[in-house]
Amino acid sequence: MRFLLRRFQRLVIVMAAVTFVTFILVNVLPGDVAYEMAGMDASEAEVAEIREEIGLNRPLPIRYLEWVGGVFTGDWGRSFINEEDVWHAITQRFPVSIELMLLAQVMALALAVPMGMISAYRPDSRADRIIAGVAFASVSMPSFMTGLLLIYFFSLTLGWLPATGYEPLSAGLWANLKPMILPALSLALVEWTVLMRTLRAEMIGVLQEDYISLARAKGMSNARILWGHALRPSSFTMLTILGLQVARLMGGTIIIEQIFGIPGVGRLLIHAVYTRDFIVIQGCVTFFALAFVLVNFAVDIAYAWLDPRVRQGGKAHG
Amino acid sequence: MADIAAHTKSAASQSEAATQDANAAAIAAFEKRNRMGPFMWLPIIWLCIVIALALFAPLLGLLPADEMDFMALKAAPGAADGHLLGTDHLGRDLFSRVIYGGRVSLTVGFAAPAIGVGLGLILGMAAGYYRGWIDDVVGIAIDTWLAIPGLVILLLFAVVFGGSLFMVCLSLGLLFIPTAARITRAATMKYAGREFVLAARAMGASDRRILVKEILPNVIWPLIAFVLIDIPIAIVVEGALSFLGLSVKAPTPSWGGIIAEGREHLESSPHIALIPTAVMFLTVLSFNLVGDTIRRRMSDVREGAI
Repeated sequence: MRFLLRRFQRLVIVMAAVTFVTFILVNVLPGDVAYEMAGMDASEAEVAEIREEIGLNRPLPIRYLEWVGGVFTGDWGRSFINEEDVWHAITQRFPVSIELMLLAQVMALALAVPMGMISAYRPDSRADRIIAGVAFASVSMPSFMTGLLLIYFFSLTLGWLPATGYEPLSAGLWANLKPMILPALSLALVEWTVLMRTLRAEMIGVLQEDYISLARAKGMSNARILWGHALRPSSFTMLTILGLQVARLMGGTIIIEQIFGIPGVGRLLIHAVYTRDFIVIQGCVTFFALAFVLVNFAVDIAYAWLDPRVRQGGKAHG
Repeated sequence: MADIAAHTKSAASQSEAATQDANAAAIAAFEKRNRMGPFMWLPIIWLCIVIALALFAPLLGLLPADEMDFMALKAAPGAADGHLLGTDHLGRDLFSRVIYGGRVSLTVGFAAPAIGVGLGLILGMAAGYYRGWIDDVVGIAIDTWLAIPGLVILLLFAVVFGGSLFMVCLSLGLLFIPTAARITRAATMKYAGREFVLAARAMGASDRRILVKEILPNVIWPLIAFVLIDIPIAIVVEGALSFLGLSVKAPTPSWGGIIAEGREHLESSPHIALIPTAVMFLTVLSFNLVGDTIRRRMSDVREGAI
């Protein structure tokens, strides 16, 4: 309990700092949104009027506190550009981003587990070295480049999958998944390497345990040993990393959503950046940070639950 | 990390023949394991070519990167005279654009980690040496920093500070502070209690002198390995930023920017996007390969393999 409380306290401090710093950054800079809203040939007086109207000329701390107060009651402000409610805009798009991230993680796992097993089965074999080489190349290829190549091959050259677009789930499962495959794959092709390496490292150790030798002595097939006996005890670290990666994936989805035209939170943020829609930027950054911190919080709790030593904090022995 | 300093000193102090024999054997094994295979020298050759071209670009007599050749729009590589790698949708020479774009990528690639690791070093040393409230403030600042996905921070900075090369380097550099600061803090705390620091203090050395003369030389080594990992990351992130049009401003070519422009014409003339993609991939891969080899050597040294 004390462990949870301490983590929670930290979470609150961090969120307060994040929102405050973002607020200052977006609000102190010159060329504010009032100019944007007034249009190209507006007079100074008109700009001042708009500023008055949306409350831009009141003191910064007061505006910050008002905004934070609003965050707790679900009032995240309204977009300066199209009047859309920010909280609504984010929550409406969030499921799309979640779907993309989940799909990417599933694909990454589907690549990482078999590859990690093959590598761990005979470390330093030819197969292991080939997989390591592919992983190295794969990690040197940022997701936006992978995405572009996938579009080039699978959409433009082969014409198998659409290059952009999004269909809601109501249009049918396949219709929904089809345009998601390439974007998820672009993310997965970067993420799988870390998972694969973690699994490989841990499984090499597990495969030297006595019960594996026993299973082998009893004549069990290799596939059965790997999948049935070695995978579960080898995958703890990998699962932790999977949790931590969700946080990293959020950054990746921003750019991938942009390339593939997927209407997620990332696209909302980029669009807000292009139009300097500060209240939306503020909302998105807060949302990303909150999601990020909560995921890490959840990973910490899961970890403490799995390993009692973590709960004791500094007093751990051994 | 401590053993690096110990290692440099130990080379001189270990004089017994037996240890030397053992060392020689270990060195031989080490050399065998880390032979300069093709995966070491090929990346080095590639990097030398790319860096040299970027460095001496103005002296090479290239076509100006923004000169439009309306006789050869979207020319494929080798199709139009004078355009080795073809031209883009505005007839600009891709060869010069890729080389000039490399200047941006490489500048950011070297400058951003240097800035980040430099600032992280200062913060980490202050936190680890003085502890107390400085440590708390640095700790909370780092936690806050890590609570926002990196690309989100960069988007925010791109909006706030605009797209000059200097600001791109700076804001990208800020991303590398947290890890560098943490590594330095841990190392500084370790050394702050060691005898040579206590001795210096007993002799009346000031805090600043202790930090610069006693602690800095010890904590700086692990960070150099860290810079090596950061270079390709910085290049990739700058590429992503300029792909989104949020790095250096438009007429200045950058790899990510050329890729983004080429994306519009991926179907009719794929070479516009694919050439910078290939160049950037090879460069990042090379940095990763070279960095990995050097890091492995350093960790071998640290783990006491020799």
